[in-house]
Amino acid sequence: MRARAATEDHPLTRWALVALTIAFVILFLLMPLIMVFSAALEQGASHALDTLSDPDTLSSIWLTAVVALIAVPLNTVFGVAAAWAVAKYDFRGKSVLTALIDLPFSVSPVIAGLIYVLIFGLQGWIGPWLRENDIKIIFALPGIILATMFVTVPFVARELIPLMTDQGRDEEEAAISLGASGWKTFFRITLPSIKWGLLYGVLLCNARAMGEFGAVSVVSGHIRGQTNTMPLHVEVLYNDYQFVAAFAVASVLALLALVTLTLKSFLEWRYADEIAAVHRR
Amino acid sequence: MTTLTLSGSLKRRNALPGFGLSLGFTLFYLSAVVLLPLAALIIRPWTLGFDGFVAAVTEPRVLAALRLSFGAAAIAAVVNTVFGFLVAWALTRYRFPGHRFIDALVDLPFALPTSVAGIALCTLYARNGWVGSFIEPLGFKIAYTPVGVVVALIFIGLPFVVRTLQPVLAELGKEPEEAAATLGAGRLQTFRRVIFPTLLPALITGGALAFARGVGEYGSVIFIAGNLPMISEIAPLLIIIKLEQFDYAGAAAIGVVMLGTSFLILLALNALQVWISGRR
Repeated sequence: MRARAATEDHPLTRWALVALTIAFVILFLLMPLIMVFSAALEQGASHALDTLSDPDTLSSIWLTAVVALIAVPLNTVFGVAAAWAVAKYDFRGKSVLTALIDLPFSVSPVIAGLIYVLIFGLQGWIGPWLRENDIKIIFALPGIILATMFVTVPFVARELIPLMTDQGRDEEEAAISLGASGWKTFFRITLPSIKWGLLYGVLLCNARAMGEFGAVSVVSGHIRGQTNTMPLHVEVLYNDYQFVAAFAVASVLALLALVTLTLKSFLEWRYADEIAAVHRR
Repeated sequence: MTTLTLSGSLKRRNALPGFGLSLGFTLFYLSAVVLLPLAALIIRPWTLGFDGFVAAVTEPRVLAALRLSFGAAAIAAVVNTVFGFLVAWALTRYRFPGHRFIDALVDLPFALPTSVAGIALCTLYARNGWVGSFIEPLGFKIAYTPVGVVVALIFIGLPFVVRTLQPVLAELGKEPEEAAATLGAGRLQTFRRVIFPTLLPALITGGALAFARGVGEYGSVIFIAGNLPMISEIAPLLIIIKLEQFDYAGAAAIGVVMLGTSFLILLALNALQVWISGRR
C-alpha cells in the first residue's frame, strides 16, 4: 500500500464526500429532471406528442419564440453598447453603472412584473391614458416583452464587460489610426475577437428569456391562446389537472435547458480563453 | 451633463470613437427598462401615506408571508452553503465517474424554467411521488408545507454557492495545505485553520447570492408550497394576489420591503466579509 500524501484526504473521507455529493445531486437536481420526462411519457410518447399539437399549446410556443426574438436582440445590442462604453473608456461612475446593469439579477421576478403594472396597468401612472387611446400593454404582448427584457438585461453585458476590458483597446486604436471608421473597426476588429463570448451571453440570455415565469406571469393575464408563454402554459395545464400535457410542454422546455447547458459546456471547453465567465475561474 | 464633460476631457487621451453614442444608448436603455420602472415601485406605496404604508406591511398576512420568504431563504441558503461546499470540493479535488456530467448538471437550476422545476418538485414530493411516497409513511410531510418551500429554494440556490466556490478552490491550490502539513498539522486541523478561513468570504458570497435569489423566488415555489395564507404563502405570491385585487399600493409596499430588507441583509453580509478578510 502506498503512503498517502499529507495533502490527500483519507480514502474513506474521499469516498464519503463523493458519495454524499452524488446523492445530493441525484436527489435535488437529477430526479426533478427525470421526473419531467417520465411524467410526460407516462401514457406513451404518441400521447405526449398529441398534447403538444393542441392549438393553445402551439400558440404558447409561438408566443415564446416571438418574445425571445424581440427581447434577446435588443438586450444583445444593449450588452454590446454597454460593454463598449465600460470596457473601452474611463469615466467617473463606471462602477456604479456596472452595478446598475447587474441590478435586475437581485430583483424578484415578481417585482420585475409589478413595476410595469404600476406604470402601464389600469390604475398605473399612464394606465388611464392608455385606456382612452386603446393601447394595451399589460395583459398583452408589449408587457410580456418588457418584463422579459428587464430580467434578461444583464446577461450579454456581464459576459462582454470583463472580456472586452481584458482585451483592451490597442487593436482598435491601431485600426482607427490607419484610417478605418468606427463602425468598420467594430465589425472587423472587435466583433471577431468577442464572438464566442457574445454567443455565450446570447445563449444564456435566450434561455432565460424563453423560460421566464414570474415576471411574465404578473403582466400576462394568462389569456389562453393569446398571452400564455410556454412556462405559463405549463402552469395553466398543471392547475387544470392535465398532467401529461403540462409535463409534455415542460419536457420541451427541459430539452431547451439541456441543449443550452450542452452548448454552454461546449463553449466553455472549446473557447475557454475567449469566454470571460471561464477566464476568471 | 456628466456625459458631455467626460467625453470632452477624454477625447484627447482616447482616440476611439463612439463613447457618446454607446454610453448615451446604455444610459437611455437602462433608464427606460430598469431604473424608471423601479422608481415607480419605490414611489407608489407612499400614496398611502406613511401610516398607510406601515399598516399595509404590518398586516398579519403580509408579515407571515415576509417571514416565510426570508426564513425559508435563510434556511435554504445555509443548507446550500454546506452542500454547495461539499459539491464544489468534490468537483475540484476528486475525479470520479460522472464528474463532468455532475459539473454540467449543477447549472440546471439556472437553465430550467422555474415553472418546470416547480411542477417537477411538487410531483416528486407529493404523497404518491417518488420521494413523497418514501417519506410520508415516516411521518414527514414536505409538499404543501413550509418545508416544501425550503426544498424548492435549495434547488434554485445550489449553483450560486458551487459556482462561487469553484474558482476560489481551484486557485487555492495545494501549497498552503502542504505548508501546513509540513509544519505538522493534521488533515482536520489544516482544514479548520487553513482551508476554511480562506474559503469563508466566498462561502458568504455564495450563500448571500442564494439567499437573495430565494427571497424573491416565485415559480419553483408556488406549486410545492400549497399557498395557505399565514402558513405557506410566500411574499411574491401575495404581491400577485394584491395586484389581482387592484391594491397596487399594497403590492408595491410589499415589494419595497422585500427589496429594502434584502439590500440591508446583503450589505451586512458584505460588511462581515470585509471584516473577515481584513482580520486575516
